[in-house]
Amino acid sequence: MTHPPYLYPGYQSTVLRAPSRPPVAFKADPDAIELSSPVFGHDEVGSLDADLTRQHAGEPIGERIIVTGRILDDGGRPVRGTLVEVWQANSAGRYAHAGDQHPAPLDPNFTGAGRCLTDDEGRYRFVTIKPGAYPWRNHPNAWRPAHIHFSVFGTAFTQRLVTQMYFPGDPLMPFDPIMQSIPDEAARQRLVSSYAHDVTQPEWALGYTFDVVLGRTPMES
Amino acid sequence: MPATPSQTVGPFFAHALPYEHDWELVPERHPEAITLTGRVWDGAGEPVPDALLELWLGRTGDRGALRRGDGGVSGFGRCATDPDGRYRFRTIRPSGPYLSLQIFARGLLRSVLTRVYLEDLPDPLLDGLDPARRATLLATGKGDTYEFDVRLQGEGETVFLDF
Repeated sequence: MTHPPYLYPGYQSTVLRAPSRPPVAFKADPDAIELSSPVFGHDEVGSLDADLTRQHAGEPIGERIIVTGRILDDGGRPVRGTLVEVWQANSAGRYAHAGDQHPAPLDPNFTGAGRCLTDDEGRYRFVTIKPGAYPWRNHPNAWRPAHIHFSVFGTAFTQRLVTQMYFPGDPLMPFDPIMQSIPDEAARQRLVSSYAHDVTQPEWALGYTFDVVLGRTPMES
Repeated sequence: MPATPSQTVGPFFAHALPYEHDWELVPERHPEAITLTGRVWDGAGEPVPDALLELWLGRTGDRGALRRGDGGVSGFGRCATDPDGRYRFRTIRPSGPYLSLQIFARGLLRSVLTRVYLEDLPDPLLDGLDPARRATLLATGKGDTYEFDVRLQGEGETVFLDF
């Protein structure tokens, strides 16, 4: 099974929010609006939106990285011109969000939000800094592994996906109930990015690759 | 190719996913504008103040999805719930009987997808549900304002779609 179950008590917030009844299978007729998805115009996304290190007057503190990859359908075909949004904590593990109470420093030069449209090969590319791990109150001594949130649109609203990208070798992954909620080890590993030396730019930034494969639409299954 | 698993949107998306006029699929003076509003509830009957809802009409339209123009209609809107768990969209009536609504939240390891029917009509999805379950997909209308609550769990739990 690819996706986590809705109810995973190790992640406490699921206990009162997971639907108790299974979702209703529906046979999408060809006119079902869930089989289409918004199309985003290139003029709706700014050219600097994909560079999270250049959104303020100064440079953010941290390890500069390039994160790139492709958005694909389950047949391996690129999803072109689709919207990819990312958000993350800063290098100290703090979000630029009023609700984040972790006593780590905010970085005035880092908001931690970016977006871009994929190119004709389905490729996206972000420049950012490596996010820090951070504590949360799910259970005693709970820490989230470093991660970047991804929000991706497909060609159908049923393919809409929000997920998280992790970093290879992070020792916190086995202790994280959000990642471990995914029952299948091979599926969990699909959320771990790869270090890519050919993406790394000398004297400047380390490279990571992360591909996203969107699920089938109900018409196809 | 095997699909990428879903993960929760988490509690900290407010600096990233909301955008200006995100809940306004049509401008304020649009002659066919209606308001769709409601609240999101958890299994204890408490409002969900950190949910993100996305509304889809089935066509992209000409207003812009991210950068809103002055006029026209966009098929896509987004709204984060307020501290009372309330969301709102300014939209037009869909060309078919329903709108598509997707909900993300901390504690939802995968989004949930449902439909908002503005009228109770014979319908392949509705007709397969018992009356109490069917009622969870029907918005209640008063003039140009429709109310539609999302109950994630428990009594009156909203019907969500398998996708």
